[in-house]
Amino acid sequence: MKATEQPYAYATLLERLEELYEVEFTWLKVEQLVQGLVNLDRNTQDFILGWAERLLTTNVYISHEFIIRVVEALDRLERRVIEAWAVHAADTFDQQGLRPALAVIQQVDSFLESAHAHAEGVAFDEVESILSTFVCGLSGRWLKLAQGESVYTDSETLYLPNITAKLVKSKDNFLLCKAQVAFMWAQTRFGSFRVDFATAFADYPDREQALAAFHALDTLRLEAYMERELPGLWRDMQRIERLRLDEMREEGVHGGTPLQAAWETCRGVLHTPSATVEDVLALVPQVLGLPIPQPVYQTRLNPEAVTACMLARMEREKILLRVKLAELVKEHKEETPPDLPLSGEVQEKKEVAPPEFEMREVQEGQGMELVLDDKPIAPPEDVKQLLTSIMLDWGDVPPEFLVPAGDGEYDPSLYQKEEKDIEDVWKGIYHEEGAFLYREWDFARQHYRKNWCVLRELELPPGDPAYVDKVLDKYQGMIKHLRRTFEAMRDENRLLKRQSQGDDVDIDALVEALADSRDGSEMSDKLFQHMHRADRSMAVMFMVDMSGSTKGWINDAEREALVMLCEVLEKLGDSYAIYGFSGIGRKRCEIYRIKAFDDLYNSATKARIAGIVPKDYTRLGVAIRHLTEKLNTVEAKTRLLITLSDGKPEDYFDIYNTQYGIEDTRQALFEARRTGIHPFCITIDQRGKDYLPHMYGHANWVEIDDVKKLPLKVADIYRRLTS
Amino acid sequence: MENTANAHNHALIHDPSTYLIEKEPYYVPVNNEITLFEAAYDNHLPLLLKGPTGCGKTRFMEYMAWRLRRPMITVSCHDDLTTSDLVGRYLVKNGETVWVDGPLTRAVRSGGICYLDEIVEARKDTMVVIHPLADDRRIMPIEKLGQLLEAPDSFCLAISYNPGYQSVLKELKQSTRQRFVAIEFDYPKPALEREIIMHETGLAPAVTDKLLKLAEMTRNLKDNGLEEGASTRLLVHAGKLISKGVEPRAACQGAIALALTDDRDMIAAINELIGALF
Repeated sequence: MKATEQPYAYATLLERLEELYEVEFTWLKVEQLVQGLVNLDRNTQDFILGWAERLLTTNVYISHEFIIRVVEALDRLERRVIEAWAVHAADTFDQQGLRPALAVIQQVDSFLESAHAHAEGVAFDEVESILSTFVCGLSGRWLKLAQGESVYTDSETLYLPNITAKLVKSKDNFLLCKAQVAFMWAQTRFGSFRVDFATAFADYPDREQALAAFHALDTLRLEAYMERELPGLWRDMQRIERLRLDEMREEGVHGGTPLQAAWETCRGVLHTPSATVEDVLALVPQVLGLPIPQPVYQTRLNPEAVTACMLARMEREKILLRVKLAELVKEHKEETPPDLPLSGEVQEKKEVAPPEFEMREVQEGQGMELVLDDKPIAPPEDVKQLLTSIMLDWGDVPPEFLVPAGDGEYDPSLYQKEEKDIEDVWKGIYHEEGAFLYREWDFARQHYRKNWCVLRELELPPGDPAYVDKVLDKYQGMIKHLRRTFEAMRDENRLLKRQSQGDDVDIDALVEALADSRDGSEMSDKLFQHMHRADRSMAVMFMVDMSGSTKGWINDAEREALVMLCEVLEKLGDSYAIYGFSGIGRKRCEIYRIKAFDDLYNSATKARIAGIVPKDYTRLGVAIRHLTEKLNTVEAKTRLLITLSDGKPEDYFDIYNTQYGIEDTRQALFEARRTGIHPFCITIDQRGKDYLPHMYGHANWVEIDDVKKLPLKVADIYRRLTS
Repeated sequence: MENTANAHNHALIHDPSTYLIEKEPYYVPVNNEITLFEAAYDNHLPLLLKGPTGCGKTRFMEYMAWRLRRPMITVSCHDDLTTSDLVGRYLVKNGETVWVDGPLTRAVRSGGICYLDEIVEARKDTMVVIHPLADDRRIMPIEKLGQLLEAPDSFCLAISYNPGYQSVLKELKQSTRQRFVAIEFDYPKPALEREIIMHETGLAPAVTDKLLKLAEMTRNLKDNGLEEGASTRLLVHAGKLISKGVEPRAACQGAIALALTDDRDMIAAINELIGALF
């Protein structure tokens, strides 16, 4: 872009916008837009028209409205903010539809107000990973982080809002998030919820007021814990509280007045290391009716959520612990040899005492240990976690929890969290519950559509158990040949002698060389031996097209090819996985596990291969993203993602059947490559050359006319990558 | 055999006394490992030390070598370690070939202790050389010399590995592991770890307690993004830096967070934990 370029003239702009908005059909007026644009410099015109074109692919009315508003707001908005505003409008359209999206465009001022939140706020997605790890490092129950409308915990999950922007600078907002997470952790860790919320405040005329007083007093107690346990964080918490008070004073908001004497007295009581939640309850009457301190890091108390969550957990963990203890007793019996009878004594049938568990303090301040029949035992990690969680709820482990479960108490439904049947969830209104959400690339918008595809992993019903044997019979000769082909690629350790470099002297070569030099010949420099070591490290993921169009010979061929591949890959010893993919529309993308990396090639896997049947459509991008994540969890030097497909990306009456689908697939493959994966495509579609080079690159796809050639093609790909 | 004897006369001999540990290494027993080691040693049984990295296995070996007054030769195993690296090889000197003993041969000849650290890192074909030494034969054939060394009573073979890093490719073969008496190590109990860190670093109790708390936090992250939590060794490293005047946060970030992982998010999270304590 040269700076000297002339701005577009009125006529040029009018023609371009009439074409852009197809005014003959849409009846949209563009003269006003042209008036706004004509006096701008060329660079700004291009910027606005570029974004208008991008938004046009989302919705014509949003794009039209955008030009009107952006010209009005040009003086007040930086380009960075305009871009954020346009993307926010498009995202709103994706999630809520046209009316809310138009509101985003029309209410540019309210967007400006929230621009601070966008500029200096911290988004949940940005902090989730770090703070999840942070809270996992703090001792106690494993806590999850989740996005919620407000900041509170139900004692298992810590809820944070989408954006935290209470303070001016983003680094302080991050500190605030961290302080809030630590505060909620402290609530679970130091017994804030060992209160019967249903009865504890029943005698107060104003329950809400009493709850607020309780929460404020408990905050004082928790602050003391923070000061003792996490002094560095406590300093940060005090700093952001001071910052918040300074900001309030600047804004003329009344706040930060010294606490009244009653609060200070309570603080003195609650700052002792032995202070408990009972002490907090006892102090509530002393501060009722007084103004309540609310430090910035104090989170909302949600007694209903806490009670519901705790009741379900306490019941579940009681029976689960008893089941685990019964298993421990069983293991302990197997490890301990029975006492031998003393010689000469007639062995009487002894009454076997039931096993007795108890929790005992190790040493002063050294924590508790589990004791079985007076001997300390080391419980496995999951039992340790369970005991920790129970002690957090109860303060200790009640004796009735330490009675091993008897027969008939092993009903998993009593201690496993209720999980909905996937098929039921799929059918229901809330069918996104528990599903994987993936973004999708909108090439026209040049941006991702967030959480656009809903994907589930489903079980594949097994097919004919004898199928694999039939295939093996049918292709005996072919499989032998393939085995030889793949075995030739198998590398073996071998000692290479007479090398010019190596890790040891080849004494035979050396003796010869010395003899040569004595009689005047030239001495060879190949005097070393070197151990050539096989160092294969491959993981391959087969992504099998299960769309409806594979019905018939293609599906048969796919399954036969997979049987042959499994047979030879087992020989090679590389790790491999097979997943099928299909679906209808972006809200119902499906992945079928045929063989995971950890699965053995056994009768169950063979039955799943036999069970591969044509399903619906081919939304490739989301499948690639999901399987890329899986492939990246495997330790290997070389990772291959091989797509077996009969055609190009397509979905049910969807934009995916257009260039959009090809571009999204291409972008998903880019993402895979960035993580070090080598994607390949083996296709049976003769029109593949029209779009496959664009998606996979020229050298990374192959078209076959006979699927029997498929395993050989895989062998070629292997050779190319490992030779 | 004359030639080989002659060859050995020309060999580069290493003085075993160079491998003696003169000064008592600082070691606090965690369990009954000393008794167990001595019983195995008296019965000429080889030893296998299992435990996470940095929990004191090597220090224990040094202490036992000092206690038994035997020279100790340590080999840090790696996947390029050849049999010749352990047994010995011919070198060329002034146009003549000269035999040089490898560390294992030196330990056998001198009746010392051979400690093969991180044994699973070595290749399986290299490791078979220890088999005849690790059963009741206690012999070591040196093919290139045509010799068969018999290990004296005072010779001891010890190997170590970390079960936490096992993968299918890196696990000890049954034929190897079943020759050894195993001693399991773990991080010391908090009170003992506190004593060790204070002794090794000279830190004040208050700072030591913060280091121990940080160790506990990182150990909570095991299998949640970290392969291992901070070992006693890392705590000592951080403590030594702090003793030398390095600011505690910087010391812990360098000696613990960055030493534990390369994952950026994980480093950031550990740094937040460090910041919460110091």
